[in-house]
Amino acid sequence: MAELAYRDALNQALKEEMARDPRVFLMGEEVARYNGAYKVSQGLLDTFGSARVVDAPISELGFAGLGVGAAMVGLRPVIEMMTWNFAILAMDQIVNNAAKLRHMSGGQLRCPIVFRGPGGAGGRLSSQHSQALEANYAHFPGLKVIAPGTPADAKGLLKSAIRDENPVVFIEAELLYGVRGEVPEGEYTIPIGKADLKREGSDVTLITWSRMVTACVLPAADLLAQQGIHCDVIDLRTLKPFDQEAVAASVRKTNRVVVVEEGWPFASVGSELSDFIQRECFDDLDAPVKRVHGLEVNMAYAANLERAIQPSVERIVEAVNAVLYR
Amino acid sequence: MHGKELLLTMYRKMLLARRFEEKAGQAYGQKKIQGFCHLYIGQEAVVVGINEAIRPDDYVMTGYRDHVHPLVRGADAGMFMAELFGKDTGYSKGKGGSMHFFDVEHHFYGGYGIVGGQIPLAAGMAYASKYRGEDRITVCSFGDAAANQGAFHETFNMASKWKLPVLYVVENNKYGMGTDIARVSAEPDIHKRASAYNMRGESVDGMDVLAVHDTVKDIAAYLRAGKGPVLLEAYTYRFRGHSMSDAATYRTKDEVEQEKQRDPILKLKAVLLEKKFASEEQLEAIDAEEKKIVEDAVSFADQSPEPPLEDVWTHHFVEPGDQDERPRARVRGAEVKWPTYPTDFKVTWDLEPREPAVTPIKKGAA
Repeated sequence: MAELAYRDALNQALKEEMARDPRVFLMGEEVARYNGAYKVSQGLLDTFGSARVVDAPISELGFAGLGVGAAMVGLRPVIEMMTWNFAILAMDQIVNNAAKLRHMSGGQLRCPIVFRGPGGAGGRLSSQHSQALEANYAHFPGLKVIAPGTPADAKGLLKSAIRDENPVVFIEAELLYGVRGEVPEGEYTIPIGKADLKREGSDVTLITWSRMVTACVLPAADLLAQQGIHCDVIDLRTLKPFDQEAVAASVRKTNRVVVVEEGWPFASVGSELSDFIQRECFDDLDAPVKRVHGLEVNMAYAANLERAIQPSVERIVEAVNAVLYR
Repeated sequence: MHGKELLLTMYRKMLLARRFEEKAGQAYGQKKIQGFCHLYIGQEAVVVGINEAIRPDDYVMTGYRDHVHPLVRGADAGMFMAELFGKDTGYSKGKGGSMHFFDVEHHFYGGYGIVGGQIPLAAGMAYASKYRGEDRITVCSFGDAAANQGAFHETFNMASKWKLPVLYVVENNKYGMGTDIARVSAEPDIHKRASAYNMRGESVDGMDVLAVHDTVKDIAAYLRAGKGPVLLEAYTYRFRGHSMSDAATYRTKDEVEQEKQRDPILKLKAVLLEKKFASEEQLEAIDAEEKKIVEDAVSFADQSPEPPLEDVWTHHFVEPGDQDERPRARVRGAEVKWPTYPTDFKVTWDLEPREPAVTPIKKGAA
């Protein structure tokens, strides 16, 4: 198996899907001649030409909506948002059109489209460029939300997202683009809605996704293992619909849960998970669900403040100790 | 150029539109229709003139004043009345209502409730046509107030730069809800804004169905020749308020009465009589036929059941193996010719040709 950077795994997925299906095209800012602001689309223009790899003007609402219209009449657009912070400008098209077309038309129309790009902190970018916004999209019926944390998942899930018949919000992680991992070559898809059990343990369940998996949850699990505490680490990969069975099965085994997310705590994916667990697994719980999340503040530029705002190994260990009453 | 058949067809369709909307207004008063309901009365010449100038397989869409756009394309009036009544036999099974009419069979891709939100979609549909090498065009209507949305600017820039085959029609009825367009627009002649995007822009008397028809005929040929998008401003007027709940106190009675003198249906009627294409009696018979269609539509909607409660859960996602709903097949058992989109083709469009790279001069070459 080849070792690839996260960005190259995404590139492979795009290249394979575009070669497989002429209906797939990529549109976004800097995706063509510049080869992508984060080089995810490296080389695609030369391979597929300027109608299939399209440099859009800085008009997020406009080209997001253009993609939706193309999807309504039989194409399968991949719309790249340079970051999800900018996609806020396109929210109307994603939420009011893409997510509702099937419904408003009473099932006459479908909208197979992928909106993708990086989310989360990028490293010293202050408050407008560091947001983990997955909860916003997970809120709306009609959208699927995916946030892969490894190169292999990035490839397998992007291929599945492109083949899906529904609008998919695909949130990559800016700080993962250079991270390498083993990626299966050729045809490799991961079903949407399936979590990945990264580590098995019977003491505590750690649930997370995207960059948090490798940035702090697995390191925290390693540290805890040295102290004799063994964690189930669940990487959700898909946030909506999330893998309820995997979550419930793990909680039934460990009876203690810590949810770790990069974003804010109010009305978040983590708060939804906590609600699900108390509703569906109440009798299995030996402690209230603990949450580790980005602090409810705007992101600072200063290095020490930026670190303090994000989840850390220390805060996860502390939360695990709390659910164990240690 | 304006044959008898064409004129009579347009007359018939404008009457269908008028009578349908009058009935919808009545039914609203009886609380059979609720929510927001925006009537098209007064504006009929715009949609009918366009429709008779384009092909049945061209893509059409509009905003929320959307009842008439699919009707003139051949939609089932009873099923759209049922949609307004929130019934199971509606085109969207009572999920869309007044603001979200969809009739994909007749290439009508929807009514949209966010002002200007459909503008980028139309560019995408035109993009798809060009991408697949089809000569189909897309016609997208919106109201005058939508021209002040960011979607207008963002989309026009792309559509023109990429020469997309899309006709944008501003149905300028002078008011965005209760606000006179001139009060909130630095350039209230909206078609003039086309020049900022290097695209063709022009205006037409939107109360004159023949003028609309002829103008759009010319524009359609221009679009199919690949010359880029067009912005057409049709000056029109709605005889009723913005929606059923609007008493329209922001305009004078005089103004409304004056505009009613320009009634597009009366105007066409005068032409038909003058050209002796039909007698007064024949035209009345047409009106009676259209009235009957609309009365039957109301009975059909009245007698139709509400959607089953389990429908709350359907049509939010396409599950593997799900087919698209074909409303007339489902409700009327009709044989429906459903649009299909090719899956295997070669993209030959070069959206942005590059200048050939400069070949370096080989050293030592003579």
